[in-house]
Amino acid sequence: MWSSEPEVAMWRDARLVALKDLQIEWRSRTTFSQVVPFAGLVLVLFGFALDANRPVLERATSGLFWVTVLFVSNLAVQRSTSIETTDGARRALLLAGIEPASVYVGKAVAVAVQLLLVEMLLVGGVIVLYGAEIQDWPLLIATCVVATAGIAGAGTLLGALVAGVRARETVLPVLLLPVLAPVLIGATRAFDDALGSVAVDGWAWLGLLAGFGAINVVLGALAYGVLLEET
Amino acid sequence: MTHLGYLLVGWGVTLGVGAAYSFRLVRRGRVVASRVPVSRRRWMTAEDK
Amino acid sequence: MTETPTVAQGETRTVGTASRTTWWLGLVVLVGTVALVLLAFFVAPEDDEQRDAVRMIFIHVPAAFLTYVAFVTTAIGSIMWLWKRSVWWDITAYAAAEIGVIFCALTLFTGSIWGRPTWNTYWDWGDVRLVTTLILFLLMVGYLSVRSMGDDEATSTRAAVVGLIAMINLPIVNRSVEWWFDRTLHQKSSLTDGNLEDMTLFTMVFGLVVFGLFFGWAMIHRFRVGWLERELRVGDLDDALAARRAEAIDHQESST
Repeated sequence: MWSSEPEVAMWRDARLVALKDLQIEWRSRTTFSQVVPFAGLVLVLFGFALDANRPVLERATSGLFWVTVLFVSNLAVQRSTSIETTDGARRALLLAGIEPASVYVGKAVAVAVQLLLVEMLLVGGVIVLYGAEIQDWPLLIATCVVATAGIAGAGTLLGALVAGVRARETVLPVLLLPVLAPVLIGATRAFDDALGSVAVDGWAWLGLLAGFGAINVVLGALAYGVLLEET
Repeated sequence: MTHLGYLLVGWGVTLGVGAAYSFRLVRRGRVVASRVPVSRRRWMTAEDK
Repeated sequence: MTETPTVAQGETRTVGTASRTTWWLGLVVLVGTVALVLLAFFVAPEDDEQRDAVRMIFIHVPAAFLTYVAFVTTAIGSIMWLWKRSVWWDITAYAAAEIGVIFCALTLFTGSIWGRPTWNTYWDWGDVRLVTTLILFLLMVGYLSVRSMGDDEATSTRAAVVGLIAMINLPIVNRSVEWWFDRTLHQKSSLTDGNLEDMTLFTMVFGLVVFGLFFGWAMIHRFRVGWLERELRVGDLDDALAARRAEAIDHQESST
């Protein structure tokens, strides 16, 4: 049987929320005027710190890339959360009759899209600045997509968690970064394979990333409603 | 005893932290218990049967 | 609002969260600790390779074990709060997290102290259990951070979700670190190995018991503290609600 009404509505609402968030980002241009430069800066700083020492930089490219992504994801989630905390928009979303799970999926997708854009630019960055040579493009792209799904999934849930809290900006990274440790490990290993710098099986690591993403997205969809309604 | 320095530091810190936390906990218990109105008390030292 | 008395008539003894149970338990823990120190330093034999450094094992292993006990308690408590709104479990979860984070810190610290003379390193990124415990420590610190930011039901819910997230993600962390390094410096689980000398095994089990009893003692006190703090906060409200319910029942009975 084709999808029932409520399910269709759920996806439609999620798309609405995602488009709303992305439109807000587009209009405020924050992603491009602040987040992207920040990401680029981090890459440059790492370059300075490692003294353009080619072998070290090459070997470290995967890790540096994903550490940068994690820092950026912290920003992206903060921004995603703050859209709702101003002007009581959280209540408004609930009152509008949108399922919390839809809000979650929509916001997570919006965060993921922004992260993917930044990652694309970062790939360009490491090719140019670190002399990276991509051996396995499908693996690289797949890693970005799957890892980002997990980051966005876990991040959006945690964003909602800290939404009503005073010291939001400092608490979020403390929670987010340990949870994302497996993504850092897995994505870095997969990139190592894709860049040809270490002989590992990147696709196996992709499996771990997929598992992480699936589990955290399900958890997010289930727990988001509790947070939205009660905090 | 070999590695005595490490042993003393390890055991010393462990026992010290345990003792410090215990004192802090008991004192915290006294402070909060004294603020609770008599009618609502439970587990108070004076009244334990 | 009238002042409710905080000092009973003729009360002279200090009021606190202690009770007969905790007095006796505390005494046993103290005696046990002394016994443990004596056993660990004077009775248990030194290791062939590690020499006396092995005596760290008598704190490190119990601390690690109880860290996980605490973590599981917090996880269960988080679920029970989210599912049944159980206040008892909410207080227990918080208490276990606070005590657990201390045990976790001690686990990492004693592990580090043990590692230095034994394997010449304070830290080993290749040790799966060490790295996983570090992540666990960070997650517990995060849990306590969230807890400390309020004392209402919303805070309990937030913390419970953190507990849930930690519970679900920790195995993933462990698995990913395991795959990352498939060699480990960490000793194989000492207990299951069956390779321990009698007195070493006895002392370690003894250590587990002493630490476990301390954990219990601390949990009782910490639970009571949490309960009393909640009493201060919402005790009047609970009373009023109970009174209203009682009224409603009286009213029902008198009108039927």
